[in-house]
Amino acid sequence: MSAGADIATARPARDVPVAPLLFAGSLALYIATALATGQHAYLTGEGFVGLTQRMVALGIVALGQTLTILVGSIDLSVANLISVSAVLASFIMKGEPAMIVPAVLAVLALSAAVGLVNGLIIARLDVNPLIATLGVGLILQGLLSASFSNFAGSVPAAFQAFAYGRIGPLPWSVLLLFVLAFAIWLMLTRTRFGAHLYATGGNRDGARLAGLRTERVMIGAHVLCSLMAGLTGLYLASRLRAGAPWVGRDGVYDLESIAVVVIGGTLLAGGRGGVWGTLAGVFLFATLDAVFNMTGIDAFPKQVLRGAIVILAVAVYAVRSKGHVA
Amino acid sequence: MSAVASHTVPSAALRFARGINVGLAVFLALYGTIAVLQPGYFEVEGFLNFLRRAAPLIILACGQLFVIAGGGFDLSMGSLVTLTVLGGSMLAGGNPENTWWTIGVLYLIGLGVGLVNGLVVTLLKVPSIIATLGMLLSLNGAALMWSGGAPRGYLPENFRALGRLVYRDVPVTGIMPLSVLILIGFVGIAAWLLHATVFGRQVLAVGDNPRAAELAGVPVGATRVLVFVISALSAVTAGILLGGFAGVSTAVGQGLELQAIAACVIGGAQLLGGRASVTGAVAGALSLFALFTLLNLMGLPQPLRETVQGLILIAAVASSAWRMRRA
Amino acid sequence: MKTQIGLTALLAALSTGAIAQNFNDPAEFERQKALLTVAAQGPDGKPWEQNLGGEKVDTAKYKKPGPYKLCFSNAGVNNPWRVVGFTNMQAEVDANKADIASFTHADAEGKDDKQISDINAFVNSGQCDALIVSPNTTAALTPAVEAAAKKLPVVVFDRGVDSKAPVTFINPIGGYGFGIQGASFIAQKIPAGGSVLALRILPGVDVLENRWAAAERIFKEKGIKVVGAEFTNGDNAKTKAIVEDYLNRFGKIDGVWMDAGATAVAALEAFEDAGKPYPVINGEDQQDFLQKWKKNKLTAIAPTYPTYQWRTPVIAAIRILKGEPVVGPTWKLPQPAITAENLDKFVNDKMPPLHYALCGCEQMTNYPARWGGK
Repeated sequence: MSAGADIATARPARDVPVAPLLFAGSLALYIATALATGQHAYLTGEGFVGLTQRMVALGIVALGQTLTILVGSIDLSVANLISVSAVLASFIMKGEPAMIVPAVLAVLALSAAVGLVNGLIIARLDVNPLIATLGVGLILQGLLSASFSNFAGSVPAAFQAFAYGRIGPLPWSVLLLFVLAFAIWLMLTRTRFGAHLYATGGNRDGARLAGLRTERVMIGAHVLCSLMAGLTGLYLASRLRAGAPWVGRDGVYDLESIAVVVIGGTLLAGGRGGVWGTLAGVFLFATLDAVFNMTGIDAFPKQVLRGAIVILAVAVYAVRSKGHVA
Repeated sequence: MSAVASHTVPSAALRFARGINVGLAVFLALYGTIAVLQPGYFEVEGFLNFLRRAAPLIILACGQLFVIAGGGFDLSMGSLVTLTVLGGSMLAGGNPENTWWTIGVLYLIGLGVGLVNGLVVTLLKVPSIIATLGMLLSLNGAALMWSGGAPRGYLPENFRALGRLVYRDVPVTGIMPLSVLILIGFVGIAAWLLHATVFGRQVLAVGDNPRAAELAGVPVGATRVLVFVISALSAVTAGILLGGFAGVSTAVGQGLELQAIAACVIGGAQLLGGRASVTGAVAGALSLFALFTLLNLMGLPQPLRETVQGLILIAAVASSAWRMRRA
Repeated sequence: MKTQIGLTALLAALSTGAIAQNFNDPAEFERQKALLTVAAQGPDGKPWEQNLGGEKVDTAKYKKPGPYKLCFSNAGVNNPWRVVGFTNMQAEVDANKADIASFTHADAEGKDDKQISDINAFVNSGQCDALIVSPNTTAALTPAVEAAAKKLPVVVFDRGVDSKAPVTFINPIGGYGFGIQGASFIAQKIPAGGSVLALRILPGVDVLENRWAAAERIFKEKGIKVVGAEFTNGDNAKTKAIVEDYLNRFGKIDGVWMDAGATAVAALEAFEDAGKPYPVINGEDQQDFLQKWKKNKLTAIAPTYPTYQWRTPVIAAIRILKGEPVVGPTWKLPQPAITAENLDKFVNDKMPPLHYALCGCEQMTNYPARWGGK
């Protein structure tokens, strides 16, 4: 999004450690609610494992979304790509353990291709990323729903280990989420591509003038984001034992992934932020789900509260920023 | 888009021509095809009926246009439409005597929603996409909370008439839907506000470059708040027409915000501000609605209609970006 | 424009070659068709406690002293049908205060992934003597329900799971039954050679697909011409627009078949606005449709998917925990249709437009206020 630069020109005030504050606040809320409602099972090891399990699907896709937002773009097609990936995976596997590897490869290849298309439309055709990825999402969903109208195929038991297997007390999938976060953090802070990503997001024209191939950076970020969406689709196929064409849309992964990234302190304009804030944002959402369950709040007030919390979580640090926001 | 800051603002006439070109050309092509498939659409009556159905989307697009011109987004429009319809049925309770004050209250609610959106963006510095996303969730929840999850009453007949009544035996046109008259009035006001007032110029200036606008003495904060108020009031208007046209339901506003944004963009509006025309937004909304109608008439399988929508959306914006670069 | 049409043709070609899903199960069609004529057993006037001839399951092993802690994992309350149903369930809980110590619910907001986590959290919490589940989707929730059933008695209702692990699965006859009732009536009432427009909500929802599969089959058997099957997304405005277009194109539509009743009134209004006579139509048991039916003396029928089924799981869970036998492993509830003969029994102007008449809630405390009535 050459556009990104104007979406929000304000900079957060310096030295607000968004990630640890958000994480600590969420944790405190969780513990306090569990104690107040007397649901001590939520405070056991198993309770916390359940809490982190709620983070996985949104967490993986949000890590990818962090990259597109950092580079000054955005991706609204992730929810649809998640559905496509989940369905494709279970359709290819059809319960056959031998087909796991081909299915995973096919999903990753397709995801990368979608990311490439997104990136090309945005970087080469100069289409606003919001519209480009909205359009690509519609195209994906249309083709998917035209071909499949229900759960298609199934995943073999071996593949279900991805979502249900554990090492000791820790689920594989939770471990994967944190490994991915760590890997992306390394990439962002220790590699040239990471530096270019921040530079492009911070000031695309400046980066281009400084000799960066900003188009490639933009495309790279989109490919990575789509790959993460593909992984989320694989995870959901494993967890639901099959993929259905509505899993991504029902999960509202597009808007929720954007919301957690911004709540985590990444600037919507690009150039600033990182993965730990995003993970903290995902943790907040998981905590809210658990807290709402513990308190047994009704569905509709829950929506009102969630909307207010999304705004307040961003406002808490944004309010101190200088300049104008649009 | 990086071009925004540097490229010179085109003359009003050129801007007008551009707005017409993208959206209107697409619309005429689509509408022509519709009329070939179903000749009734060629008649005045067919066209007016088409306008009657498209009126809510056009009004939403005009409201959204102000926010986009000012550099933001309003994602809360759709759920405000839902709130309007559900709230209207709650307040009026099927009694025609309640209609007028109910409409007054609905506009007050809209005013409140717009103010909150605007103040959250300008004072709390929350980017509009997040501020209005939060508002979307909250308003939807609030509408359902208020009504207990399903509409509790009917909309009275005189409320329904605003979106449903069609005057028969009108000279020249034959019929005249009341909602089309409302539409014309609304679009007229919107066009005047954006293109003929100081406020309109200020909106475009703020969207183009808020810092420069501020230096030039534009009240940036107040302008931003006002565009959200305009957007919210247009959502209430659209909600009244939709409720009138089709009655109460809980899903009425779903997804309308993205359609409104898409309509503006097809009409040549620049996302993140600075370039916008009401003619373009109207043409964009008409194109989008004509596209939905055409896809219905062609009997295409439902899912593929989405695919075609996606392709058209990208194509329209890519072509306008391409023209921008050549301009 | 040309490229668009070319593209469209290409896409259409692609989709016809694609994989069709099987929502049309002839065996299940015949089973449900047979069930429609089965006489219900159980207490008179309480269809939510009746059954259409199921086995009894012995529940002695679950017996424990009360009062009980019940937990409910809900798929969501994302439409008026589920809102009315959940209100029924809460009223049923209140009616059994003596036996119920606590009733905790978790709302999955229509997300499979969240509902799996919700169920796991319930099982882990140790706060549930029995678990009631209304699954968001059948396939996805099966593993979680199976795992839960190893730890505590589980009652499933509305949509099922692919497993015999729950103590019982409660629901009315089902989608085919609904489709058969509506389509048979329309086929019988429209003039010979008449045309029918089918209005559907969305593709891919199992119960809705079953309704359509059954209706399509009936129309084919009776040689009825279906001029179109359109998706309305449950949106009144879109419904009206579609019906107007069809009236324009065909001049006359004799019958309208609907897979759900929420937009039935909007469809009828399109006929009014176009100055055409009302079609033969099927709606559902929503009050707005029933009231319009009565007022305009329509030729209509209202098949139902009764919301009283939300009362049954609470009753079943208490019986299970008391060690009393319950109907299972499948508990089929009666699924009556509202016809011209019994319409007056169900119309009630005091209830809100989208209230479902077959709530079985008229004798419960706080009726009608709790359901939004006057």
